[in-house]
Amino acid sequence: MTEIRARGLPGGWGVAMLAVLVGSLLLGLAIGPVSTGVWPIASSALSHLGLGIHSRLGATDSDIVWQLRAPRVLLAALVGGMLAIAGSAYQGSFRNPLVDPYLLGTAAGAGLGATLAITESLPSGLLPVAAFVGASVAVALAYVLGRTVGGVHSTATLILAGVTVTAFMTAVQTFVQQRHQATLQEVYSFILGGFSSATWHDVWISAPYIGASSVVILLHRRVLDVLSLGDEEASSLGIDVRRTRLIIVVAATVGTAAAVSVSGLIAFVGIIVPHTVRLLVSTSYRAIVPLALVLGGAFLVLTDILARTIMSPAELPIGVVTAFFGAPFFAVVLRTTRRLG
Amino acid sequence: MKGLLIVVAVVVALCAGGARAATYPTRIVSLSPSATDDLFAVGAGKQVVAVDSLSTYPKQAPVTKLSAFTPNVEAIAKYKPDLVVISNDQNHIVRQLGKLHIRVLTAPAAANFGQVYAEIQQIGNATGHAAQAQSVVKRMKKQVAAIVRTTPRPPKQLTVYHELDPTYYSVTSHTFIGQMYTLLGVKDIADAANGGSDYPQLSAEYIVASNPDLIVLADTVCCGQSWKTIAARPGWGTIAAVKDHEVVRIDDSIASQWGTRTVNFLRAVASAVKTLEARTS
Repeated sequence: MTEIRARGLPGGWGVAMLAVLVGSLLLGLAIGPVSTGVWPIASSALSHLGLGIHSRLGATDSDIVWQLRAPRVLLAALVGGMLAIAGSAYQGSFRNPLVDPYLLGTAAGAGLGATLAITESLPSGLLPVAAFVGASVAVALAYVLGRTVGGVHSTATLILAGVTVTAFMTAVQTFVQQRHQATLQEVYSFILGGFSSATWHDVWISAPYIGASSVVILLHRRVLDVLSLGDEEASSLGIDVRRTRLIIVVAATVGTAAAVSVSGLIAFVGIIVPHTVRLLVSTSYRAIVPLALVLGGAFLVLTDILARTIMSPAELPIGVVTAFFGAPFFAVVLRTTRRLG
Repeated sequence: MKGLLIVVAVVVALCAGGARAATYPTRIVSLSPSATDDLFAVGAGKQVVAVDSLSTYPKQAPVTKLSAFTPNVEAIAKYKPDLVVISNDQNHIVRQLGKLHIRVLTAPAAANFGQVYAEIQQIGNATGHAAQAQSVVKRMKKQVAAIVRTTPRPPKQLTVYHELDPTYYSVTSHTFIGQMYTLLGVKDIADAANGGSDYPQLSAEYIVASNPDLIVLADTVCCGQSWKTIAARPGWGTIAAVKDHEVVRIDDSIASQWGTRTVNFLRAVASAVKTLEARTS
């Protein structure tokens, strides 16, 4: 049993990654297609805080920074953090390093919900709701299917059920999408994902779910270490494996569904960020879970900065940026840590 | 060289003339909304037996469930067509129809007015309505010239943001729509995003900072956009076009189908430019 006594959360890494997150947030606020200068933004922020400092930001620039850029940066942080922490929770509870938070049908369900909302011309405010409902229904279906077939202990059956539900929902989604050519563009926009039209409203409606789900996963970080030993070992250590896994998966799913509903489908983050932490810091979920949350947020904020500045004033789909810069970065991490190990 | 060209032209004309007597199509299927518009405009409407699901103009067009994006050769053959008009060769449909000895006319999406005219003429020639096609083209040319001539050019060049969908996809001057703004002397703010796609997705903050004088919404049908919905977007209230209600709503399909209605689009934009000019002067 000694080999599982991996390091917990080293303070140095925690501080360093928090600093990276705060730095990315400030950078995200300061940089954009419209250049306003850093000091006017700072003065505007301080004047908002009521420190008696006069804002040097014009009315339009103030709207740009606080109504368009700020919610976008925050939303990217929330979504990135959520996808990464959910990815680590899934990987831990399924003891499978290749798992991402879309595993049990979240992406396909959200895609179908959003497509229906768009093709049936529901008010645009209902799109996130439809995506959320779609994602939740998909995962619930996968769970019920997996349980009735595979019994309690088989995670493989649950994963297969997720694959089945995903295939079915994707088929329905493609069918509906092809039947409504006029709205193709809007459906694709959602599926490509991104933050180009993020608003404070998106932040407010997703933050409670993302917050609550992150807290639940954070509270279970030690249990994830025990689950990683195997179901029987975890049971013998007094853990109700089925119940615990259900709680973790539900929390991760609700949070992921909330993230997907406001940002569309952003791949890669949920799988790469937890592994980066695992390779750089520790294989213990006590470190992976909190650091994935922080690093995931920073990663998506930084990639979103690239998405909106590289081709400015045109935008790049964020999925292109996350994979284009994330993949080589991860390759480097993989190689260097391998060499060290 | 010139003599040779004339000989070739005469031979082609003779062949076309010889063919004309017998083989004008009487059962046309159109898989292109623009071509459907053209067919009816040149007076070939009575020869049209079926059009694809998106060919909603003109109203009398026999709309069917045929898809132009995923065409199915058997579904098309069911209508026993002697001519199928398409805009692009999806699913190798030309080869498949060829196997059934069905004639295909390809009228690709036009990139400028010249191509629109050429296609109307081509469709007129192929259906036995060459003269009518010629007069349609003549009338369109006259209308376009009149619209361009009577549109004022304010000393300070007006700017426009053309919206394709609510995630800020737009068009540059390299596109057909963009060229129409150029024709009217209006500057397209999406041109700053050159080097990439001609249909770039713009950053919201760039649109707000550009402060366009005119906003044209081509997402009114698909996505229900209007002055009200864009005025409610955060930060958009400061845009001149929003403050002054200079927001033109057009049917999405008019701005993506290049037939006779293209003139209507040009006219709608021109009239917005006129009101803008009247206000500032």
